[in-house]
Amino acid sequence: MQRILILGGGVGGTLTANLLAKKLRGPIESRDVSVTVVDQTGQHTYQPGFMYIAMGHERAERLQRPERSLLDRRVELVVGAASRIDEAARTVTLEDGRRLPYDHLVLATGSRIVPEEIPFFDQEAHHFYTAEAALRLRRALDAFTGGKVVIGIAGMPYKCPPAPLEVAFLIEAELRERGLRGRSEVHFCSPIGRAFTIETVSEMATPILEQKGIELHTFVNIETIDPERRVVQSLEGEEFAYDLLVLVPPHRGARVVIDSGLAPPSGWLPTDQHTLQVGGRPNVYAIGDATDLPISKAGSTAHFEAPVVAERIAASVRGREPDAKAGNYQGKVVCFFEIGDGKGTLLRFDYLNPPHPPKPNRIWHLGKIVFNKTYWFTVPKGRV
Amino acid sequence: MTETTTEPTITRTIDARGSFCPGPLMELIRAIREGQVGDVIAVRSSDRGSKVDIPKWVEKAGHRLIGAFEREGYDELVVEKRR
Repeated sequence: MQRILILGGGVGGTLTANLLAKKLRGPIESRDVSVTVVDQTGQHTYQPGFMYIAMGHERAERLQRPERSLLDRRVELVVGAASRIDEAARTVTLEDGRRLPYDHLVLATGSRIVPEEIPFFDQEAHHFYTAEAALRLRRALDAFTGGKVVIGIAGMPYKCPPAPLEVAFLIEAELRERGLRGRSEVHFCSPIGRAFTIETVSEMATPILEQKGIELHTFVNIETIDPERRVVQSLEGEEFAYDLLVLVPPHRGARVVIDSGLAPPSGWLPTDQHTLQVGGRPNVYAIGDATDLPISKAGSTAHFEAPVVAERIAASVRGREPDAKAGNYQGKVVCFFEIGDGKGTLLRFDYLNPPHPPKPNRIWHLGKIVFNKTYWFTVPKGRV
Repeated sequence: MTETTTEPTITRTIDARGSFCPGPLMELIRAIREGQVGDVIAVRSSDRGSKVDIPKWVEKAGHRLIGAFEREGYDELVVEKRR
């Protein structure tokens, strides 16, 4: 029997499992192949919805469903936290001591936020990377009566690169609607020399920042928070005073891949850009946030990587070469981008072709809303 | 290309070739964070944006660009940590 083990029941892990269940239906039913997903909680969370909790349009309970309900019935689900990967023995050990053997391993272990790496982060800064934090930001916005809003990034890479810009646009629009804009300043601090990593997106976003009166500060890598003076300090030596501070927390890869010696202390797995194999290992793959690829850490990335991994594993199981096109990731990512005032745009790009976002309009904003609502029936099941 | 009068002793070399902008800059920032004042860090980048971004960042952050060298198929930027 060939055992395919997938660590992580997020977008990438779930979709890979479901695609494998389709591709290997016969061998799974004849018990020649098994596909198992290991997930810490057994709950699948739609993380892009967190930002909308902060903006008052979403509720946490609508962003979670049992992982089992999203998986093909041929896929086994094990609820538990992986603590060690033993490459020599080809086993994964869970915290409760269970040991799961594998022939093919998919690391869809995601990223984790580490706000504790910045002293006073939890006390002073808001973010939208958990449902609880997003709700806390919502309450802070409700209580806000005007002042300096500082939106910044306290570590790269981080999940969903457009999110902090989107939040800047959405908060600015909300302050305007609530009549607080005249009494407020909105500052957007970018860690690099422009508003966004991808130049074409930066060219689109910068005039919108100007038009909305959001002050752009470049090369601001936020390093420390001084809670007494209520200022953030950058590595570059600048200070920004805040009344409401929204910071993207530092991110790292999963502990299990660091502890098992597969990834450096940052936790990002050394991954081949095209095959998605980890460190040249023929039977170990990484997808989604877990990789060290220089592309967006976003559900969309995992969504387009999963078919590549499924094709390569299915080919290996069946003893054939992977399809030259389907088994080769080209860096495809597609994501919606909120601009505020009910408008949005779309970013579609790959390794070789940067995005050319269309002029922001209502259609792309509605597209994002519809996508968010229909996610459960589309992406994890491989229907789009 | 910038020439220097003295040959710097490179403390650490970061090979960020194959990484897209802002990857090489972020790698340099990480090395600066981890390093000591006086360290000389060389960043190799095949992303053409690095030649513009890295010197701008170095100036703003108060470090010193020792040189920007065009190598075969990539650029090497050498930076001294000043503070």
